[in-house]
Amino acid sequence: MTAPLPLHSADTLVLYGQAFASRLLLGTSRYPSPQILENAIRLAGPAMITASLRRQGSGTAIAESGFWELLKKMAVPVLPNTAGCHSPQEAITTAQMAREVFNTPWIKLELIGDDYTLQPDTLQLVQTAEHLIKDGFKVLPYCTEDLILCQRLVDVGCQAVMPWAAPIGTGQGPLNPYAMQLLRERLTVPLIVDAGLGLPSHACTVMEWGYDAVLLNTAVALATDPIIMAKAFAQAVSAGRMAFLSGAMTAQDSAEASTPLIGTPFWHQA
Amino acid sequence: MRIVVNHIPHELPALSKVSDLLQLIAAKPPYAVAVNLQFIPRTQHAHYLLAENDQVEVIAPVTGG
Repeated sequence: MTAPLPLHSADTLVLYGQAFASRLLLGTSRYPSPQILENAIRLAGPAMITASLRRQGSGTAIAESGFWELLKKMAVPVLPNTAGCHSPQEAITTAQMAREVFNTPWIKLELIGDDYTLQPDTLQLVQTAEHLIKDGFKVLPYCTEDLILCQRLVDVGCQAVMPWAAPIGTGQGPLNPYAMQLLRERLTVPLIVDAGLGLPSHACTVMEWGYDAVLLNTAVALATDPIIMAKAFAQAVSAGRMAFLSGAMTAQDSAEASTPLIGTPFWHQA
Repeated sequence: MRIVVNHIPHELPALSKVSDLLQLIAAKPPYAVAVNLQFIPRTQHAHYLLAENDQVEVIAPVTGG
């Protein structure tokens, strides 16, 4: 008799009522070339790709003048960010400009409180998120792993939150496993790890804990081969998700033979 | 009158609108505009009157994380 297969193939990431086939969200910055970025996106197949806004005529905007065409060509949902914003009004205005430019209600809310660690301004993040939600945005807030902060973000209407694993761009992996696992146990909304992952094993680990998705950029963009690394992360995310759904065994202190002992040849012959 | 656009001062005639400014700097779509930290939707560009020393941001899409 063959047991029915679990319907893991139907397992989808759902954010604000919208389903996504992938649980990887990919940043688009710091790649060696636009072509490598494009190939990395194609191979990884992310749910969304992030983008940002900078002054027209600035060195960044001029250097990346082809980025808009690439976005249109890729046809992957865009998640604009408010990177670099230090006040609620800056973040709100940037989000409104992003909504018009990218024609999307999605916004990755970044409200930076410290330039050295790029730690989010947790004291003003909640009110900013609330303002944007009332303005019709689908807010994905970049936050810390603090349980109360994340709960307050949910309370004001965030249907998903994005705690960091470590400071942006450090690649250190989860620095506070206890708090991150506790957060997963306590909150039922989708949790997306945003920032601080450096290796596919980091992504796999947080997915095994039950996180719903990961968002990363630098770990792929600064790899020697970003295209293959993008694929590696995509597979790690899938592996971690399947492991979470499958239910891991409980770790034990003592050894237990896998092979049956009964009938072992030469048992007690000596 | 003096208008600061993306941190660069420009001289515009009185009663200039956002659309006049965009023409002056030859802004290329896609872009979005904020004046004194307030978003100005594109539907208002042809109507919104600028004032002396207004701080204008004209932004474009770039890569991001």
